This record gives sequence, C-alpha cells and structure tokens, in this order.
Amino acid sequence: MSTDATKTTRRKHLKVLGGAAGASLGAAGFLRAVAPLVEWADDLDMDAFLQNHYRELDEDSLREVLARHEQSAKDEYGADVSIRDVRPEAGVSFGYALNLSICIGCRRCADACHKENNHDRATNQSYIRVFEMEAGAIDFSQGTASYDHAVPAPGKFYMPVQCQQCDNPPCVKVCPVEATWKEDDGIVVVDYDWCIGCRYCEAACPYHARRFNWTKPEIPADEVNGDQAYLSNRIRPQGVVEKCTFCLHRTREGRLPACLEACPTGARVFGNLLDPDSQLRWIIENKRVFVLKEELGTQPKFFYFFDE
Amino acid sequence: MDASKSALWQAPGKQNYWGFLARCVVVATRGNMRYYAWMSLLFAVGLVGLHGFAVQTRDGMGLTAMNDHVSWGMYIANLTYMVGLAAGGVMMVIPAYLYRDHEMHKVVLAGEVLATASIVMALAFVAVDIGRPDRFWHIIPGIGRFNWPMSMLTWDVIVLTVYLGLNLHICGYLMYTRFLGVQPSRRLYVPAVFVSIVWAISIHTVTAFLYSGLGGRPFWNTAILAPRFLASAFVTGPAVIVLTLRVVQAVTDFRVSDKPVRTLLNIMRVTVLLNLFLLMSEVFTAFYTGGAHAVAAQYLYFGTHGYNALVPWAWTSVALNVAAAAILIFSRPNRRRVLVACVMAIVGVWIEKGMGLIIPGFVPSTLHELYEYVPNLLEWKITAGIWALGLMIYTVGAKLSVAVYTEGQGDNDKA
Repeated sequence: MSTDATKTTRRKHLKVLGGAAGASLGAAGFLRAVAPLVEWADDLDMDAFLQNHYRELDEDSLREVLARHEQSAKDEYGADVSIRDVRPEAGVSFGYALNLSICIGCRRCADACHKENNHDRATNQSYIRVFEMEAGAIDFSQGTASYDHAVPAPGKFYMPVQCQQCDNPPCVKVCPVEATWKEDDGIVVVDYDWCIGCRYCEAACPYHARRFNWTKPEIPADEVNGDQAYLSNRIRPQGVVEKCTFCLHRTREGRLPACLEACPTGARVFGNLLDPDSQLRWIIENKRVFVLKEELGTQPKFFYFFDE
Repeated sequence: MDASKSALWQAPGKQNYWGFLARCVVVATRGNMRYYAWMSLLFAVGLVGLHGFAVQTRDGMGLTAMNDHVSWGMYIANLTYMVGLAAGGVMMVIPAYLYRDHEMHKVVLAGEVLATASIVMALAFVAVDIGRPDRFWHIIPGIGRFNWPMSMLTWDVIVLTVYLGLNLHICGYLMYTRFLGVQPSRRLYVPAVFVSIVWAISIHTVTAFLYSGLGGRPFWNTAILAPRFLASAFVTGPAVIVLTLRVVQAVTDFRVSDKPVRTLLNIMRVTVLLNLFLLMSEVFTAFYTGGAHAVAAQYLYFGTHGYNALVPWAWTSVALNVAAAAILIFSRPNRRRVLVACVMAIVGVWIEKGMGLIIPGFVPSTLHELYEYVPNLLEWKITAGIWALGLMIYTVGAKLSVAVYTEGQGDNDKA
C-alpha cells in the first residue's frame, strides 16, 4: 500500500469538493446579483420590446401602440388619457419670439409647461428655465436660474430658455439610433419608445434643452393631463430623453403653446414663420431680434428681442 | 517563432478547434491557490458591480450622482480611458511587426490580450451608461436604425467592435496554431496585425471626435483632443504591459529578456513628454485667451465660485504625470522605481483622460449653471465590477499566453 497514492487521491477528492462548493457559491451569488434585473425583465412587455421606430409604423400598428400606451397610463397611473398622433401641416414652420423688455420672471410659463407636459412632480421638471440676468449684458455667467424673491427685481431682466428648435440641430446629428429628428414644421421631436438613453444629445445641445428621465415620472392620477400626443406630452418612460415640442399636440391643431397662454405680460409670440401676415413675422422684420449662441450655427427658430 | 509543440498545449485532447477551446478552459480553470484566490476576489467584486447594475436598471439612473447638468459621469470617463488602453496595446505590435523586433514577438500577445480586455471593458461601460439596455438592438445595423455616418457614436460602435474582432482573431489564431504545433500561416494573421495598427489609432481618434465635435462644449471643442488622446494612450498601454511582464515573471516560469521592457520604456520616455506638451498647449490656449474655453479649465485646476471638487484630482494627475516623466527620463530601465513610474502614469492618465476630461465638459453647463458632480457609491461599485471583469479576462488571457510560450519548463499550474 502506498500512502502517497492515498494522499493524492484524498487531495484530489478535496479539490473536487472544494471546486464544487466554490462553483455553487459562485452560482448562488450570481443569481442573487441579477435578481433585480430579472424583476425588471418581468415587467417588460414583448410588444413594447419589439415595437418599431415611429416612422416605420403603419396605421394599424400605430393604433395598437397608442392603445397600449393609453392602457398603461390607466394601469400605472390610474389616469384616463387619450393619445393621438398629430402630424405636421404643410406650409407651416413654427417659430417663437420673446420680448425680454416685458418678461417679469414670474415663471408661470415654466409651471404651465410642467403641468401641460406631464412632468415628474417630485423634481418639478419643466422644459423652460428662467434666468435672472444682470441688466446691461446678456451674460449667463452673471445670471441665475435659482432666484427666490419677489419679481421683477431692480437692476435685473429675465430670460426664459427652452428648446430653440434649431434648423441645424446638433442633438439630431449625434443620435446613434435616429430616435430624434426634425419634423417638416421644424419641431424637433423624440420617439420615446425608440430612444436608448445614451444622452449624447443632452451633451450636444448648447441650450440645456433636453432632459433625461432619471427615474419613472411620478404624477398623481388627478393631475395627469389626459390630452396627449405620441410625440409630445404623453407620460415618458424611465430611461429616455425628452424635450420641448412647442406643444405640438396643441399648436398643430391651431391652439397656442401652454407656456404662451400662461404668460401674464404677453411677452411670448408664437406663429408660422412662413405666414407673411403673422405677428411673429412682423416682429422679426421690425424689431432687432437676436438668437442665442448664433456663432454655433445652430440656426434657432426662437427669437429674443427688446422693445426700443 | 519556434513552432515546437508546447507541453501544455499538446496535452490530451482532440487536435481540432474544440480540443483547443477545451484546452483553454482547462488552462483557465487550473492554477495554484494564489490564482484561485485572485480570481475569486475578482469574481466577487464583479458580482457586486453586476448587482449594482441590476438595481440601477430596475430603479433608474436617478440612483447615480448624474443629473441633467452633468449627464455623463464616472462610466463615460472610464470608457474614454479604456479605449485609450486598448489603443495603447498596439505599442507592442508596432516594434514587433514594423521594426521586426524578435524579442518583442514573445510578448506581443500580451498587447493583444490587453486590447481585448480593455475593449470589453469599454463596451461594458457603455452598456451600464445607457438608460434602456433592453433597446440595445436599436443600434444594430440592419435591424435597428443606425445613424451612420452622421453620429460619431455609430462610428465608435463600428471601430470598437472591429478592433475587438481583430484582436480576438490574432490572439486566437496564434494560440491555436501553437496548440496544433504548426507554424502559423503569415497570410492568415499578418494582414490583420497591420490593419489592427491603423485600427488602434482609429478607435481613439473616433472617441476623441465624439467629444471634440460638440460646438456647445468649449472644453472639448478643440482640435488637439485626438492627438492628446493618442499621446496618453501610448503612455498607459506600454506602462500596463511593463507591469504585467513584471508580475508574470514573478508568478510563473516564463522568462523574457530585458529588451522588450527597455523598448517599451523608451517609447514611454517620448510619449509621456508628448502628452505633457499637448496638455500644456491646451492649458496655455485656455488661460491666455480666456473666455468660454477658460471657465471649465479654471474650474478643473483652480475651482470657480467656490466649486472645486475636481481641483485635488487635477493636481494629483499633473503631479503624477510630471513625476512619472522625471523618473522615466532619469532612471535606468532596470531600476525598481521605473515600475512606480508606470503606476503613476497609469493613475495620472486615468484621472486626466477620465474625470478630468468628462466632468469639466459639463461644469459649468451650457447655460453657465454650476452643478458639481461626485460619483456615488453605486457608480463606484459598478465601475469596480467592470474593472474586475476586465482583470479576469486579462488574467486568463495572460495565463493562456504564458502557457503558449512556456514549453518544457515544468508544471504550468504554477501560473
């Protein structure tokens, strides 16, 4: 009898045993680690997973998609909503002008946007940021968006900033999956069901106009705005980018953007750039208007001006 | 290259591709206690990261410290660094193939293994940064909608995947022929090697273009970003290889002459200075001109309006890079402090081309708002997890390479 041989066998057995114990420990750890991912995957809907890009949906599939989203608004938010698909009209190119001489910085536009567009309540999200600026210069480094006092304050003027609906939008160029594009009426939109959430567009935008849904938006059922469109204010899913759409669900049907309706001073003027009789055209032709960061070549369709 | 059959690679098993794969599995799963402990540690850290990723995917990226002002953070910082490391691996290949340095051939696999591991890590850092991993298929050309050639991100996807493929092919083919005990056919891998040299440059160039093409971010919108990326990549790549060779020689019977290390250190002596020179050019332009470009640089190096989270990072990086340069230039290659210089260069560039590059792009934001970003525990966990994954791949790859080149030197279980 060779004791060496016995020893070797025993060592071999121990090694196998140890290996098996290690492997099962590893497997158990792995399963625990991915458990939240499994929960997440359980919530995923196969139809939603396989859904095609907005611009490739035929009429029937689009109808199904809208119905599915209406149902999930009911299931997840307890809200009755109606989601429609509103297309751009021919001969229309939307533009916006804002009179900085009469804006008082009350932020009612930002608040109206918050409600109209079903923004997350917890973060008080809005597509509009209003800056309090030092009189005498248009210098954002002297301005602040977090002022908290009675307005208008002496020596200040106010500058609301939202998506400039650029004619040459850097955000659209960078999107790796064409989830964002410029529509025929000039509005830059996002297919929230196609966006992968890489946030490259958010880095590319020079106007801080884009927002990411860092969490699932929270809105109480009675505060949900049920008047919705697929490309604009329907409740966005978690993990995708969103932006101002000039309230296309309103404006494409002849109504005005919510931010304009809320403005108490009449500082905001919305209209069709292709209509020579529009008030917007009159302002552009008769006032000394300017656009933000003109040097970047983004060609905004959002014009600022001062009364003389 | 010596084509005699290696003991380990010739060990039992079928002489076909499946036998080769089986052999790889055997080599990867056999080792001494030190090897098991190291791999178990990496596996455990990897699981912590995986769990973090799972929670983040379920509950949303709001769990990270990122926000709409600083919308990219730790993950994209590491992605940038990893692409650099992958490109840096090519600095083994150039001397070996362009300058026919025969000693270098013995360690060239290490460069390719490094490139492979780094690319996997880079892709993992992309995967954990996107808000909807379930929609991954949207970016697959043909099935999804691939915004090529407009989006630089689609270019990045192409160059990274192809580079991964090239490196896997080269490593895999060389190991496989070694396993069969035949001379590798130059026709089947040398063209890939030359393509991979150009490709290494392209991956880091495209990654730089990803940032430098954004007009709204003056800190990134600079033409020397791509050259800067390459200069620092050619510091870190060789540095990691030098350290790896050191570790491999300490824990295995694998022996290689001093020549490859000396070549790599000579490369680093140039690139470390080039990197500092380019950095200095950038800093001069920013501060002498002033204006928009300078605000982010001001924030990075000195802080602004009482915000200075990055200042210690930035100066640590400068100090490490300068010290590494001094040591490399004034020390003989066989000195121990050269290894310290390699570690310094790796960490210095990690800060400079990571957090030091990404965060000032967002601070101040495009409308000049100041929101600071400091990565939180979840982001550290996920980052550590991906590093652990990369180190596991690198370790196994290095072990396989050593097995390939160690013949008749006794028991390979030592590795």
